[in-house]
Amino acid sequence: MYVLLNAVRCISDIFLFLGGAELLFNGVKEHHVTLPSQSEPWDMKQLLVWIQQNLLKERPELFVQGDSVRPGILVLINDADWELMGELDYQLQEQDNVVFISTLHGG
Amino acid sequence: MCQVDENYHDDLDPAEMLNVSKKCIKCKEASAAVVIRVGDTYCRGCFKEYFIHKFRAMLGKNRIIFPGEKVLLAVSGGPSSCSMLSQVQEGLSQTAHRKLRFLPGIVHIDEGGAVGHSMEERQKALAELQTVFKATGFPFYFVPLEKVLDLPSSVVATATAPSEHPASAYKSAVNDFIHIDSSSCSTPLDQEETSIPEVQESHTQFLQQLIVSVKTLTARQDLLNTLRQHLLVDTARTKGYSKLMLGDNCTRLAVKLLTSVSLGRGAQLAQDTGFSDSRYGDIISVRPMRDFSTKEIAYYNHIFSVPSVFIPGLDTKTTNKASIQHLTESFVTKLQTDFPSTVSTIYRTSEKLQTACRSSSTADCCDRCLLCMCSLDTAPENASAFQATLISEQLSQNTFLGASRSTKIIPRQNQDPLESEIAAPTGQCCSSGGEEGCGSAENYEVCYSSAHRPQTADVKSFLCYSCQLTIKDMSSLEHLPQYVLSEAWRRHSRSQMREEISEFLLDDGDEGD
Repeated sequence: MYVLLNAVRCISDIFLFLGGAELLFNGVKEHHVTLPSQSEPWDMKQLLVWIQQNLLKERPELFVQGDSVRPGILVLINDADWELMGELDYQLQEQDNVVFISTLHGG
Repeated sequence: MCQVDENYHDDLDPAEMLNVSKKCIKCKEASAAVVIRVGDTYCRGCFKEYFIHKFRAMLGKNRIIFPGEKVLLAVSGGPSSCSMLSQVQEGLSQTAHRKLRFLPGIVHIDEGGAVGHSMEERQKALAELQTVFKATGFPFYFVPLEKVLDLPSSVVATATAPSEHPASAYKSAVNDFIHIDSSSCSTPLDQEETSIPEVQESHTQFLQQLIVSVKTLTARQDLLNTLRQHLLVDTARTKGYSKLMLGDNCTRLAVKLLTSVSLGRGAQLAQDTGFSDSRYGDIISVRPMRDFSTKEIAYYNHIFSVPSVFIPGLDTKTTNKASIQHLTESFVTKLQTDFPSTVSTIYRTSEKLQTACRSSSTADCCDRCLLCMCSLDTAPENASAFQATLISEQLSQNTFLGASRSTKIIPRQNQDPLESEIAAPTGQCCSSGGEEGCGSAENYEVCYSSAHRPQTADVKSFLCYSCQLTIKDMSSLEHLPQYVLSEAWRRHSRSQMREEISEFLLDDGDEGD
């Protein structure tokens, strides 16, 4: 047994939920979050699962579908399209700013 | 399409994924921030330029809005209409490259009453919007949806024919404008102090009854759209605006196109989704945002902090299958994630659509739908599918008498159910649709003898196919706003009168107003 040094780290992030997506999070738009430590770096896939378990208040099917976010919800990582960042495989860095914007009618 | 999809993923090869290494396709220097369409990456600066150019090009290309014209912007508070507002503001600013030259005003329809928000929620949303609107410096109006109950019936009556401008008129108008305006400031916009209007409780209740009386969400959304449209047109008329700008973007229009087909509005597609819409005659609606996708708008608003106010609507937090509109939207957006050209393909189709003008010159008010103001598509043709539907409906009504009674207007004053049954004796007149209101003799007599007050009129026969379906979902027609009912009555009595004097008419075609 051995413990990997340096791989255990906390990541603090800011999440914004806009365009009606905030309704699923008790109407709170801005979340400052410190993700728990884990041996591997956090990627978006894990983040979505974590959000679903910890932040999402209701109706998970309106936010996630399968592994990814529901079609029609845009994701920006540090103000850039997540398609440029590798979508679900993007590895979160410290102080990352992740924004979810619902473009669907009625949020 | 699969090919497109594959390429799309190949583009993002893992080495590039780790950091923003992709360059903007335009300036080829700055690193990309946004992906529009398939693999088109833009940096912030180029994206802004592209966005602004597209908006001005849309207005410039179409030449519908004349310089110096008063244009009313319909702003719901959503991203699309707020983006439109900011573009107009940008275009009017002194430093703008290709300046817009019209005089804008803002209208917001407060639908809180229909959706069931409390007074506090509505006030809060309006206060937020007020700060956004005040910052623009344009005059603005808040109109509660409750006002739809006091609309004059002229909203749905004959509209004056749109004045046809020859192609050269635009150029001369521009020249005139430049001459007049070269010295003075071109935007003399003094902002009136607009307060948030008071709404009577009874009106809100009545509106809610109307909405609740509609049984399905599909029909509710459809009806709400219609009422909103009427109110917008009426506001434009009373405030002296001649154009109405709507914030429909291309994703919404693609959804609207498919929704309209499923709702039986095929005949009205071109008007419902085109750049300009002249069904109201003197007020022309334009959709300058129809080249932008929701994604572009959302990015632009976020990156350049365009303020928008989120107001929950009828379909907020509903399941995908709650209404046809909602289902279509989730279908399109889902397809769009796998096939990024879905929306543009549908949208390009909508651009090519045209309505085959069926004797548009003779189209007077009676040939237009009472609700959506499109020309009626319900002319009785013997072999049409619509006719077949009617016949089968009629047959089933014969077995279940009274089922059709819900399609009758029962006047509000008349509370006694027995009396209203006398007023609506057969329940099967007018099912032939088309231009005549009440065909059968006894019915005509009853209607006529019941003197001047609107007693019964078959609203249905004045509606297009799709609006008929919407009305069918209503439990009773008495909740419809008064202006619709009185206009229905007016048309009904006109068609009766026409029948009465038909023997003395020489030519069927030329009896005018």
